[in-house]
Amino acid sequence: MSDGKKPKLAVWKFASCDGCQLSLLDCEDELLAVAEAVQICYFPEATDTFVKGPYDVSLVEGSITTPHDAERIHGIRRSSKTLITIGACATAGGIQALRNFRDVKDFTRIVYASPEYIDTLGKSTPIADHVKVDFELRGCPINKSQLIEVIAAFLAGRKPNVPAYSVCMECKRRGTVCVMVAHGTACLGPVTQAGCGAICPAYDRGCYGCFGPKETPNTSSLAHWFGEHGKHNRELVRMFRSYNAYAEPFRAESEAHEQ
Amino acid sequence: MSNRRIKVDYMTRVEGEGALTVRIKNGQVQDVKFRIFEPPRFFEAFLRGRDHREAPDITARICGICPIAYQMSAVHAMEDAFGVEVGGQLRALRRLIYCGEWIESHVLHIFMLHAPDFLGYPDVIAVSKDHPELVQKALQLKKAGNEIVALLGGREIHPVNVRVGGFYRTPSRRELDELAEKLKPARDIALDAVSWTASLPFPDVERDYEFVALSHPDEYPFCEGRLVSNKGLNIAIREYDAHFAEQHVAHSNALQSRNKDGGAYKVGPLARYNLNFDKLRPIARQAALEAGLKKDCRNPFMSIAVRAVETLHACDEALAIIEQYEPPEAPCVEYEVSAATGYGCTEAPRGICYHRYSVDNEGLIVDAQIVPPTSQNQPTIEADLEHVVRQFMNLPDDELTKRCEMTVRNYDPCISCATHFLKLNIIRD
Repeated sequence: MSDGKKPKLAVWKFASCDGCQLSLLDCEDELLAVAEAVQICYFPEATDTFVKGPYDVSLVEGSITTPHDAERIHGIRRSSKTLITIGACATAGGIQALRNFRDVKDFTRIVYASPEYIDTLGKSTPIADHVKVDFELRGCPINKSQLIEVIAAFLAGRKPNVPAYSVCMECKRRGTVCVMVAHGTACLGPVTQAGCGAICPAYDRGCYGCFGPKETPNTSSLAHWFGEHGKHNRELVRMFRSYNAYAEPFRAESEAHEQ
Repeated sequence: MSNRRIKVDYMTRVEGEGALTVRIKNGQVQDVKFRIFEPPRFFEAFLRGRDHREAPDITARICGICPIAYQMSAVHAMEDAFGVEVGGQLRALRRLIYCGEWIESHVLHIFMLHAPDFLGYPDVIAVSKDHPELVQKALQLKKAGNEIVALLGGREIHPVNVRVGGFYRTPSRRELDELAEKLKPARDIALDAVSWTASLPFPDVERDYEFVALSHPDEYPFCEGRLVSNKGLNIAIREYDAHFAEQHVAHSNALQSRNKDGGAYKVGPLARYNLNFDKLRPIARQAALEAGLKKDCRNPFMSIAVRAVETLHACDEALAIIEQYEPPEAPCVEYEVSAATGYGCTEAPRGICYHRYSVDNEGLIVDAQIVPPTSQNQPTIEADLEHVVRQFMNLPDDELTKRCEMTVRNYDPCISCATHFLKLNIIRD
């Protein structure tokens, strides 16, 4: 970033749906400005350009699910001054971490006719389980405004302004009537980190936790409330076990209700 | 000349990553393998035991580029299982959100991933330096598609508002009126995009494909219809498994789908266009013909222009849906859950996306099968590559390699749906 040169940006993918890196291309109003501010050195979904590292900022999408990827992430870390993980896969193992609660051999047999062709790890793990991560941006998918904020913050050498409080705060700010209080709809908003803009309650449904646990979530209190309102244990397991199933507070709460 | 080795390490501007090997010996194409290394994500396995209402949210996560296709295939399959009819304005809104996905995905591919091939640039950012207006307009058009999805779905990627039976919340008349104001200029941009893409320099390639697409009596297909082909196929969606089979080959983590008789087939814009040309909105049909596209189009490189035609169709249909919209009384149809098997197939931007679910009496999923479009196109991509390498064997290595990359990009392959890590190796030995 010194010498007046543009900072070098790289975008990497592991097991994922591509949605979080697509968020960058979905910044229709800001994309060209971002491209002006940085040198995009590696972003295979978008460009043939490949400029060797080291990179000032690496954005990493996806979780580690193969022996090859468990090696590859170390090289990326070594070539990156700042490494930012984007999305639930990279920060919590993603939806594919549902394998972590089962025997992956059973999963392989269900999906593939020739399981012997498949080389996969028993667990899907976040990037921070493998290398040091400088910042984790939550969401399934990430919020593109937050992505712009994070990139801008690192370019300016400041801390990103990304809140760790709950979705409830965003609901209040948006003026949405609480779906739990008004309709008895089970909602993970009280234990989920803000960032999406509290979309689900605004669309008349409960939050399903795609931004993962907020700072200091009281999941057991919320689960108790759900139980009093008729949710069975196996429903509670499913509620906490989705896109951030392997994030510690959600994992522990789901296991507490498993028979 | 005839024994050369060409190697390209990375195939870019596709969604996800994969590999390709072409081996040429004594001037003959020996072997073409489209390799797919997407780490397995096991959706069909972990869907077992989940509630049927979670299927649209979970399967959306297969793909960030076309989540609506997964959501719609899932809800249609569940509705098929429970005998639910979703009609009237709710059905129209489903078509509207599908229009949004086609616009954003097609425009992403046309301008940001595919056009740089034809113009000789590494990416859209480089294109924007020389053709700023072209790129600004493309971004405006793409944004209009995303705004449809964001309004009806809550957000562009992994929308939250699609559910079995309809939606969680339906939009107000005023919200759609505001959307229409953004769509009108978008339709004009799409109209220009048809003539622009049709004027690109296309390699002279024609192939005799079996095109497979949905066909509906009255409409250009999105979510409903029969599965038809130009080679005589005409079946209900629920008969899919009797006619197509997935194979697991050693060189790919994605299952490859073929006809039961082993034949490769082609899904996506060219298939839809060839089988449903007469159902296009008049403005799209006329623009296609005026731009010089024929009703019958078998040049795979012209898919970029057909995508533009479909983008125009989607803009125009979206405006028509908005014009006749009246908010329905309820956002969703009520239904009873029972043990059953249901089938759904919808037209993702890159082709048919097939889902089959069996559910138990509590509405929990006991079995799931999902066949994304790129799995179905894989054998045809390999056949196209073989054809293109044979036809252009005399080109220098770098030009032949570029042509191979373009051949793959013609499909807008969503390798995350089916793959990872695309390496292109042309080996002449």
